[in-house]
Amino acid sequence: MRTLEQTTKEVIDLAAKHFQLQPGVLAPEDDFFKKLGIDSLQTLELLSRLENHFGIELPDYEVQGVSDFKTLAARIQSRL
Amino acid sequence: MLDLSKYQSLGEALKDAVERFAPEICLMESDREKEKERLTYEEFGLRAHPFARALQESGFSEGDRASIIMTNQSKYLISAYAVLYSGGVLVPLDWMLSPEEQWELFHHSGARVLITEFSIWQRLCKSTARPDASQLGLVLVTEAPRKADLQGARRWEEFRSDAMPNFVARRRSDLAVIGYSSGTGGRPKGCLLTHENYLEQCIGLTSIYPFWPGIRYLSILPTSHAIDFMVGFIGPFTCGATVVHLRTLRPEYFRDAFTRYKIGYVSVVPLVLKNLRAAMQARLDALSRGKRLIFNALVSVNKGLTKGRPRSWLSRRLLHQVHDSLGGELRAIIVGGAFSEPETLQFFYDLGIPVANGYGQTEACTAVTVNDLRPFRADTVGKPLPGIELQIADPDSEGIGEVCVRGKTVMAGYLDDPELSAETIVDGWLHTGDRGKIDQRGHLQLFGRSKNMIVSPEGLNIYPENVEGFFEDLPVEEFCVFAANYIWPQNTMLGEQLVLVLRLKKDQALDEQLRNLIISRNSRLRNYQRVHGVVLTSEEFPRTTGRRLKRHLLRDRLAQLDRRSSIQGI
Repeated sequence: MRTLEQTTKEVIDLAAKHFQLQPGVLAPEDDFFKKLGIDSLQTLELLSRLENHFGIELPDYEVQGVSDFKTLAARIQSRL
Repeated sequence: MLDLSKYQSLGEALKDAVERFAPEICLMESDREKEKERLTYEEFGLRAHPFARALQESGFSEGDRASIIMTNQSKYLISAYAVLYSGGVLVPLDWMLSPEEQWELFHHSGARVLITEFSIWQRLCKSTARPDASQLGLVLVTEAPRKADLQGARRWEEFRSDAMPNFVARRRSDLAVIGYSSGTGGRPKGCLLTHENYLEQCIGLTSIYPFWPGIRYLSILPTSHAIDFMVGFIGPFTCGATVVHLRTLRPEYFRDAFTRYKIGYVSVVPLVLKNLRAAMQARLDALSRGKRLIFNALVSVNKGLTKGRPRSWLSRRLLHQVHDSLGGELRAIIVGGAFSEPETLQFFYDLGIPVANGYGQTEACTAVTVNDLRPFRADTVGKPLPGIELQIADPDSEGIGEVCVRGKTVMAGYLDDPELSAETIVDGWLHTGDRGKIDQRGHLQLFGRSKNMIVSPEGLNIYPENVEGFFEDLPVEEFCVFAANYIWPQNTMLGEQLVLVLRLKKDQALDEQLRNLIISRNSRLRNYQRVHGVVLTSEEFPRTTGRRLKRHLLRDRLAQLDRRSSIQGI
């Protein structure tokens, strides 16, 4: 079983890969809308990638209002 | 379709639709790759009537209000039908709002029944704004796991009674829906919409964009949104058409739905349209040079042939790859909720995909103007719908002034706010707060807003006053939030953003510490609500003797500053 820290790291690595950034530039508390300059639909695209990686289903409502990697990782963690 | 001029209420029209179109497919519900539901109108009635009966047996009666907070799905429309059948008033609330906002609007609406999904109910229960059980009436939740703690709610799926419900007649002037077009934080704006508003709106819209049995509408905008409520429920149902629901808005499933369900119409907000365009553009860019040349030549032919009006069958043959990728049945993309870039609209039209861009407000039921495509115009939001009058109040030398609307679709007023109602509807004219002009061909062109608000590309109304609460106790002398275009009108609906106006304390500077504090407060806001810059002023804010901000006076003062050099990034 992964720890929340491990999940957070994997989320950040995947986000960096998806948006073609160096993993080091993203931090757990980062607001991904601002840091990545993405909109709500691009966030949903990232979610599909995260679902495939973690082998879970994340309903859209689960991520409503989430804007930082740490909270996103916690939502994923609760479904692992 | 049903002749809606003969009907008194939405409940009556929907009841007849269920009987008249009994064998036609009414609803389809898809969750990712799986199809979860497919109902005919007859099957829809068999689900909705026992629900309506149970509602009536619980004491729900004429004029009672029921709120629905759900994602787009069949149970939403079944519940809405049952409420209207029972003579009730619907209060559709956006499932994307925060639980606090949902509770606030729920209370404001006076609803005594709440119909929601289990996951949303869980979030509502965790909120500190949750009322005592004694203050809350009936709560029905869908899709609750078998052993879940329902926290006082009842299971939607088990809420049924086998006796036939009583149909409750309503008059045209009676209230049908209380519609909220935004979240709140200050002054909730509950639009009082009557049965007449909806019946007339539906007549006008379907005269230009008709539905019929067999045509499929893809419902992805929240059904609580005025557009989807009309064109994703009332419109298709009264014509016997099919509504397709998706349980996820992931772009890949959204695009896939077009081919899987042979979609005829879809409504989107500009953000989704832009995303769809980017995906199509990427595919076109991937064509080899030779294929690209041929494709461009075909687009040119299509443009020439569709200059005066769309010719769908011809465009589908000429540019079949593009149309096939969208299912080959798409008649129009309806776009609204916020302003669309003309360039994006033209992109689709050139490919033979008409985009029905329009303009509307919840206060006017849904649409005020719509592009009738004869010819297509990307630079306007179309002409008024039949039965709607437009007027430009106090036009300047270029004919630009406030857009005012009159007709049978204009709301009765705002719930429990006679002052705001009287300011907004004057002598029957709805003052929209949007600036525009009417050109020689009767098309409306928009040039920004005359009120302090913005609309996000997702189609959400944001009032600066509602954002100010998030900056409370900021260690400055005083502050407020404005829409930048309200201070400095730009003659455009694009690029709208909020700015934080600060008056610093004596010897205080906008240093890193203060900036970080603003950034941290900003991050608690939804991405579309955030302030994008800071404007510093050294003069005291004009206020009433009761210390209330005289916003318009401060606006006039700030307008003297140069916009570009005054807005500092954060």
